[in-house]
Amino acid sequence: MLKIENLHVEVDGKPILRGIDLEIDAGEVHAIMGPNGSGKSTLAYVLAGRDGYEVTEGRVLYKGHDLIELAPEARAAEGVFLGFQYPVAIPGVSNIYFLKAALNAIRKHRGQDPLDAIDFMKLSKEKAALVQLPDDLTKRSVNDGFSGGEKKRNEIFQMAMLEPSLAVLDETDSGLDIDALKVVAEGVNALRGPERAMLVITHYQRLLDHIVPDVVHVLIDGRIVRTGNKDLAKQLEADGYAQVRDGMRP
Amino acid sequence: MSTATEPIDEILSKSYDAGFITDIEQEYAPPGLNEDIVAFISKKKEEPQWLLDWRLKAYRHWLKMREPRWAKVDYPEIDYQDICYYAAPKSKDDAPKSLDEVDPELLATYEKLGIPLHEREVLAGVAVDAVFDSVSVATTFRDKLSEVGVIFMSFSEAVHEHPELIRKYLGSVVPVADNFFSALNSAVFSDGSVVYIPKGVRCPMELSTYFRINAANTGQFERTLIVADEGSYVSYLEGCTAPMRDENQLHAAVVELVAHKDAQIKYSTVQNWYPGDENGKGGIYNFVTKRGLCEGERSKISWTQVETGSAITWKYPSCILKGDDSVGEFYSVALSNHRQQADTGTKMIHLGKNTKSTIISKGISAGHGQQTYRGGVKISRGATQARNYTQCDSLLIGDKCGAHTVPYVDVRNSSAQLEHEATTSRIGEDQLFYCRQRGLSEEDAVSLIVNGFAKQVLKELPMEFAVEAQKLLGVSLEGAVG
Repeated sequence: MLKIENLHVEVDGKPILRGIDLEIDAGEVHAIMGPNGSGKSTLAYVLAGRDGYEVTEGRVLYKGHDLIELAPEARAAEGVFLGFQYPVAIPGVSNIYFLKAALNAIRKHRGQDPLDAIDFMKLSKEKAALVQLPDDLTKRSVNDGFSGGEKKRNEIFQMAMLEPSLAVLDETDSGLDIDALKVVAEGVNALRGPERAMLVITHYQRLLDHIVPDVVHVLIDGRIVRTGNKDLAKQLEADGYAQVRDGMRP
Repeated sequence: MSTATEPIDEILSKSYDAGFITDIEQEYAPPGLNEDIVAFISKKKEEPQWLLDWRLKAYRHWLKMREPRWAKVDYPEIDYQDICYYAAPKSKDDAPKSLDEVDPELLATYEKLGIPLHEREVLAGVAVDAVFDSVSVATTFRDKLSEVGVIFMSFSEAVHEHPELIRKYLGSVVPVADNFFSALNSAVFSDGSVVYIPKGVRCPMELSTYFRINAANTGQFERTLIVADEGSYVSYLEGCTAPMRDENQLHAAVVELVAHKDAQIKYSTVQNWYPGDENGKGGIYNFVTKRGLCEGERSKISWTQVETGSAITWKYPSCILKGDDSVGEFYSVALSNHRQQADTGTKMIHLGKNTKSTIISKGISAGHGQQTYRGGVKISRGATQARNYTQCDSLLIGDKCGAHTVPYVDVRNSSAQLEHEATTSRIGEDQLFYCRQRGLSEEDAVSLIVNGFAKQVLKELPMEFAVEAQKLLGVSLEGAVG
């Protein structure tokens, strides 16, 4: 599904990612853990195609094709979804209208007819239930005045609606209390499937108690320094990143 | 990090669709302005002596007045002697009696503009008066309206058919010497629309006027008068376009509204005069005086405007709240792109007791556009328990544009309640990226965000106009309406 080879990325001329290799197959959930400033969000943005993140070396293949040359909306249409760490508000645009426009833009790209209002409402009701998103939130302006937890639930709701092939979830646990975390994690787990790959980016191990990954990578200073199974996350939680970083030193 | 304004600029530089020129035989007055020209116009219209006297009075006032320069707009000196004050499509009959007599070229023009001039389109419920350069071309659906006693006709016709109405109300809200541009208009106005809604009548359809400037070097000076008698209701729509020309063209209109006791007037404008090219060459200078008088108790006047065109906009649709418990509203979306400059807002003058006014202004600036909200709220001594709510929001797209807010408040009665809110925001790279990540093109994303910003005002527009406004803002309104 996703193959990252020797990826180097600069932001404002400053190297952030320095040679990432990563391969995720369909059906797998990978977690990326790392301290602040290690390049986790940069990786998420570069996969989604944000301006200002310059690939200086290496390549990213998605379903066998070069991902980097695609515009963000083309990537979305091809099934790349980014769950934002800080979802932005769009005042005056209803959440549900936004999503309908997005879904139908993606369907158009795929050569499908737009969903009509009735089918769309049916689908959105079903998916909103997945993350227990209250009805009024679907009608309110996109993320406008949402609490931290509501924003994150809304991200997972959007993911459920857009049914991506590759979902990158950037710090989906930040700002969530334990109950909200469970709801969000259950929503994510419900979307796991043999056709879908997920990359879960997190600072803390606790999210991974609820979304159990197949593979855990540790990202430090723009490089993946350790790769292991879910136990690696637990070990990190116990020992801290310093231990891993120290372990890197010759 | 890139501010991503380049693609936005591209989107905003979309071409002006209404910029074609109609090849039609025109009759002009020679350029320049003097008493002879004023008399020429009046004679062309076969006007009564009192109206000519009124025009001349206005002209003499105008001579003594100076062009206002207090607005935050910058344009070269206008040579008023270089402008043509009368242009009319030459027709075999001087005044076409029905649509069949209207020049097919002209009808084609309106068709190109998507204006519903034919009866079949009128069935949609819009009666149209179309003003082409200086003369009114056709008024549709007049018979049906006259059944309920509604008068809807061109100004020139009304002068002959309902002189008492014109005499009573012309200049009653905007006096001849009110300001430089209204005085100019009063002297040389050539046509426009007149509406009268009799007592207790709810006008059965939306009334609509389309203005178009076609001739080169011609000013358009139209005059609109709407009188809603006791307990009546009317919704009136005004649309404007002009061809693309390199020279600037002057448009100085006057609109007067009078709402008697318990009457309501809803006046909506979608202004899409040619804004000039991206370097500021050409475009319409739009200097318009619009004012409504809430004469009677519990009367209500509501202005809604979507201003996307013109090189210069100088326009302050206002309400004089004279009747007790009367209500004034102003909803505005103004967009200035490229080198457009807009200085627009409203005045709410509270005279009666328990009068209420609401001002919602949404300014969108892009490119090198400059946008100023200028609003005045005056509470007079006698206006006990008057209330005003003002909200001014500005949206900036890119980093070369400007937004300014100039609210004036004058309160002479201590029981008044006034609220003022203002915000300025920017379409962020983060908002655009968020939309694009969800699959929307950059163009759709900008539209969506602008639409969301303007929603509060757009929802005030009648459906027919909401569609046009949507096209103009490049925005889909599907989610905003209903």
